[in-house]
Formats: sequence, C-alpha cells, structure tokens
Amino acid sequence: MQALQTIEVTKRFSNHTALNKVSVEVDEQSIFGLLGPNGAGKTTLIRIINMITSMDHGQVLLKGKPIKPDDIRQIGYLPEERGLYKKMKVGEQAVYLAQLKGMSRSDALKNLKIWFDKFEIGSWWNKKVEELSKGMAQKVQFIVTILHQPQLLIFDEPFSGFDPINVNILKDEILNLRNEGATIIFSTHNMASVEELCDHIALINNSKLILTGEIHEIKNRFKSNIFEVGYHGLKDLLLDEDQFQVIESFQKNGELFSKIRILQNTTSNELLKHILQQVEVVSFQEVLPSINDIFIQQVNDTSR
Amino acid sequence: MNKILLIIQREYLTRVKKKSFIIMTILGPLLIAAMIILPAMLSELSESSEKKIAVLDETGLFFERFNDQEKIKFYHVYEGLNTEKETALYGEGDLLLYIPITQLSLPVNAQLFSTKQPGLNVTSYVKSVMKKVIEDEKLKAQGIDPEIIKSAKADINLSTIRVEDDGAEKESYTEVEVGIAIFAGIMIYFFIFMFGAQVLKGVMEEKQNRIVEVIISSVKPFQLMMGKIVGIALVGLTQFLLWIFLTGFILIVFQGIVGIEPSSMDMLGQQGQAVGAGQSIDPEQLNMVFDIIGSLNLGAMVLSFIFYFLGGYLLYASLFAAIGGAVDQDADSQQFMLPVSIPLIFAVMMSGVIVNQPDSSLAIWLSMIPFTSPITMMMRIPFGVPVEQIIASGVLLILGFIFTTWLAGKIYRTGILMYGQKVNYAVIWKWLRQR
Repeated sequence: MQALQTIEVTKRFSNHTALNKVSVEVDEQSIFGLLGPNGAGKTTLIRIINMITSMDHGQVLLKGKPIKPDDIRQIGYLPEERGLYKKMKVGEQAVYLAQLKGMSRSDALKNLKIWFDKFEIGSWWNKKVEELSKGMAQKVQFIVTILHQPQLLIFDEPFSGFDPINVNILKDEILNLRNEGATIIFSTHNMASVEELCDHIALINNSKLILTGEIHEIKNRFKSNIFEVGYHGLKDLLLDEDQFQVIESFQKNGELFSKIRILQNTTSNELLKHILQQVEVVSFQEVLPSINDIFIQQVNDTSR
Repeated sequence: MNKILLIIQREYLTRVKKKSFIIMTILGPLLIAAMIILPAMLSELSESSEKKIAVLDETGLFFERFNDQEKIKFYHVYEGLNTEKETALYGEGDLLLYIPITQLSLPVNAQLFSTKQPGLNVTSYVKSVMKKVIEDEKLKAQGIDPEIIKSAKADINLSTIRVEDDGAEKESYTEVEVGIAIFAGIMIYFFIFMFGAQVLKGVMEEKQNRIVEVIISSVKPFQLMMGKIVGIALVGLTQFLLWIFLTGFILIVFQGIVGIEPSSMDMLGQQGQAVGAGQSIDPEQLNMVFDIIGSLNLGAMVLSFIFYFLGGYLLYASLFAAIGGAVDQDADSQQFMLPVSIPLIFAVMMSGVIVNQPDSSLAIWLSMIPFTSPITMMMRIPFGVPVEQIIASGVLLILGFIFTTWLAGKIYRTGILMYGQKVNYAVIWKWLRQR
C-alpha cells in the first residue's frame, strides 16, 4: 500500500492553473523526489497535501484513506519559507514547537539534546533566533520538523541555503530517517541529491506531471545505448559506421576514452568484440543519462 | 498538555518577560502613586518640623490675625529688623516675617526671612491672612463693617440627592463622579487598544515570518487565534491587577516609612488653598472627595472594569486578529483598522455628553451596543446604573464577542495562509461565505 497518493489533484488560481490532474504515488519507507522548474507547482502540491491550500478537484489519500486535518498534525513539514519566532530563544522555541506536535516536555528536551549534539549546535540553545544566520536557523527548523519522529516527512527545498558540508549532513540524516522507517517527500532543484537519495521521482512542469517512477527505471527508460570504453593503444578506434557511432573521444590520466552509441540491430557484446581486436580495454560501461539531463530534456520538450 | 494552553502559555510568558512589560508594570504604579504621594510628600518634607515665625509687624495691623497652625507657630517681636533677624534666624525661631510701614495708606509689602526655603504652606498662609486683613481694612476705610460682609456672604452648599427606586436616598457628588467616569472610560479605551494592537502585531508577525505554516501543521487555526487572544488578555489582566496592587502597596509602604498621617490630607487641603490662592478649597470638601471615592464601592468598580475590559477586548481583539490574518503588509492593515476603531473613538468622543446625562437615551443605547458599551458603561457606572441595564449590556457584550470571534475565525482561517493576494472587502466577504 502507498503511504501517500494523490489522484488527479487540480488547483486553479484566479488567472492560472497551478496543478492539472497530478497523480503521484509514494511508497512506504521510501524517498520521493518532487522535481520541476520554478513555478511548476511543486510547492502548491505540497501545500495541498498539508491542507494549507485547498484543491479544486482530486483526492489525497494517506494509507488509502482520504487525508484528514488530524493526519496533518502527524506530518513533519518543513515549509519552503522557513519561519521561526525571531525573538524567542532557540531551545525554548524548539521545545514549544515539539510540544505543539504532542511531545511531552521531557521527551522533547531529551530528543532535542541528542539532535543538537549530533548537529553540534548545543551552544545555540540560549541564543535568540534573530542572532542566527539563515543556514543556522534552517538546521534548527530541520530538527524541529523531524523531532517528533513522524512517519511521513515533507520537506520543501530542504537543501536551499546550506553549504555543501551541511548538505551532506542533511542527506545522511534523510537516509537514516528512511532506513528507520519514515516515508519522505521532498522537492528540490539539487539534482545531485536526487540521484543520491531518491527511490522515486516525479517531474512536474507547467502544472502537469510529465514523468514519474522508480529512479533506475526512469534512467533506463531514457538511456540512449551509449557506452564508454577506456583503453590503451590506438588513438582512433576503427568501427563500422553503420553499427556504431563514436560520439566523442578524449584522453584522461594517460588513458583514452571513447563514448560510443550503438545503433540498431546490434548489441554491446558486438561492440566489445570489435574493440578487443584493436586495443587493450581497461573499462567498459553503459552511460546512463543523469537525472539532470533527463530533467532538462523533459522540461524543454514539454515546454515547447 | 492541551495545545491551546501551550499557546496561551507561550503568548503570555514571552510578553510578561519582555523588558517593556516589566518597565510598564513598575512605572505605571510609580507614576500613579507619585501623583498621589508627591504633593503630600513635598509639603511634608519641607514642613517636616514645626516652624516658628517671628513677626515684626511695624503696622500693628496683622499680628493678631495670625493664628497658630498645627505646624506653624507665630510669636511677636518688637526690636529692629537687624536685631530680630539675628535672634530669630539663629536663635529661637526659624523665620522672620517683616511687615514694614509704608507711605501708602495700606501696607502691601512684607518680607519673609529664612535660612531655608520656606514651605509653600507657610508662604500661602501668610499671604492669605494678610490679604484678608487688607481687604477688611479697605472695607473699613469705606465705612463698611467686615462683619456685615461676612454675614452677607452666602455659602451655598448644594448637595444633589438621588432617590433610588426603593426610596433610599443617596447623596451624589457629580463632579468627582464625572472625573472618575471619564478616567474609567479612557482607561478601558486605552487597554482595549493597547492589547488589541498587540494581537494584531502578533498575528502579522506570525504570518510574515511564515512560522504560521509550521504551527498550522500542528494546531487548528482557531486554536492558534484563540490562544493568542486569551494569552494577551491575561497579560492585560496581569498588568491591570499589578498596577492596582503595586499602587496600593507603594502607598502603604510609603505611609509606613515616611509616616504620612491622614493629617497630610489636611496638608493637601492647605496646599490646595495655597495653589488656588483665594478660591479656597476647604478641608471638608476634600474629605468629601475621599468620602465619595469610598462610597463608590471600589470593589464593584474594579470588577466591572475587569468585565468590560475583557468583554471589549475579546470583541475587538478577534477583529484585530482577523485583520492581521488577512493582510500581508503593515500598511494594508490601515484600511481595515479604521472602520473597526470608529465605534471606540465615537464612544470616547461622546464621553462629555454621557457624563452630563448618564441616563439619556443616547447613553443607554451606547452602553447596550457591544461595540461601544465597554467605554460608555464604564462611564455610566459611577453614576449608578439600574441592575437590569448592566445585565442586558453584559449579555449583549458576551453575545457580541462570541459573534465577532466566530466571524474573525472564518476570516483568519483563510487569510493567515494566503499570501500575495490583494485583500479588500470583497475578498473577505468571499472567505466568510466559504464553508
């Protein structure tokens, strides 16, 4: 059963359609990436799931049942526009927000201590939020979001504003949360993080869902039979141009590389056979398109 | 713990811990107490000991008329000015009053020598006695016996007596009541606006901060709104009660330390005489003021103040919360603030009319309509209001704030999560009709 499902969710604002029949399915205990260019409707979808924005048509199902306001209180939600009370002290505020999520004060204190130590921000406890930098405040907000160990976590652009070191810390924690049983949905522009983290993705453009599925399946779907060969020997490979097309050749660390597209009616084994006769092969692998490539290609195709 | 309690707790604690709250809480009673104590203290300090005044009266007209006062004693001296200055100032007495003979038929100049600044009550007493003497002399010069004038002077003491429905008679003291009525009305106005504005500010802060999205994922919008309103109401009550207790405390402690006896009230009376120079407030009148304050039943005044503050505050605070939730920018709130504030401002503007005729139909109507009743009713209460009117006004006020809270809840719920929309009355009407 899916942890979360949206069925033909549609939302119109006064002068444009923000979401047009968007249906996605999020498996339990998986990480689901919501991709799309700016203004595609990602945040609107997230806000509809959180019942912050109402939808015009469609359904949101949580574990197969229509989502209710009480369910929302159990979701860990990190909004795109981060907000904390500026004048309140970090620790006090974290405890307050945790208590609003239904944690007892002592549990909140205990768990906060663990997380503050983990993120090495224990010394901020008595600082006011307005004294923190944007990135620091985001760390606090991330902790507050996950503290009550929700089964469903929704992060809107969780990596924006973080330096690479903190992005990595955050990625590790997101993976940990998944491994501990949580289902995670996040929207992002950070394609590298999508490749590393996501089990499934959905690509939204111009308020429509244009692509969704398991990440390796999508990569395979969009692969174009290109292989990369690393070798010693001849500078130029001699190949039958009817069967193989050399896209590019380059030299790196004393080795030669070629990217070769296999044209119709032949296989990678045939390619390897041809090459083996000419050079000493060091490496041979299929080139899968990066999510970044797929993203750009799909967005351009559908925007046209 | 219940979530709404958590919100109330946060709203309350963050505000009462603020420096501005603590400063206001201490400063308020100090100012009020200072207004009561300072005049008494000033005369008390300067007149802390008995003053002996040597009177060198070359005219012989005045001495007999100086009567010993509680803290001012007079004695007659006859030697020359310089000798007496020495003996009086560095010997037996404290001051020397020198009234020289002048060329004019009536002396109008006198000199008061002292090593220290003489108190206001000394100078004013001396002045008033001398004035009286000279007036009498002038009358005599015209051949009129001052006694005749005295007996011709009519002292009208008009006491208005209100006959209650049950036939009981009660003396009413209109002027003091007017003062108290206007003070109470203005205080209500001030409290409603001050704490209503805090609600508006708090809601807008949450919306502009976007923290509201996080909180709305934990609690219902209505809980957040009510938590804030109730939390701030408690802050207002705390401030009000602290003001009352602290003022009382300061007054009592002050009495204990400095030992201002009730007699200092006489002193106040004398001072009033001094300041008023001529248009004498006699001590009896002052006692009367305290009588009235006592007869007003302070307990009932405080209770009705609390009720009308809470009722009026809840009514307006929920509207302010709705405004804060609806708008994005501080500037946008103005167009909605004005119509909401007009009834309050109107009630204050009508205060003159109301205290003049506290039982006029305008006053009765304004004290029934929930939007104006907190101010108007507080202004009427010192004059006595029939019980059934108070009950009716109270019930209407409660119904009124239930209605505005319900209305505000609907606007707030939608508005608080709405960004970037130009909000006008049509939009708000649409939100109201949403189920």
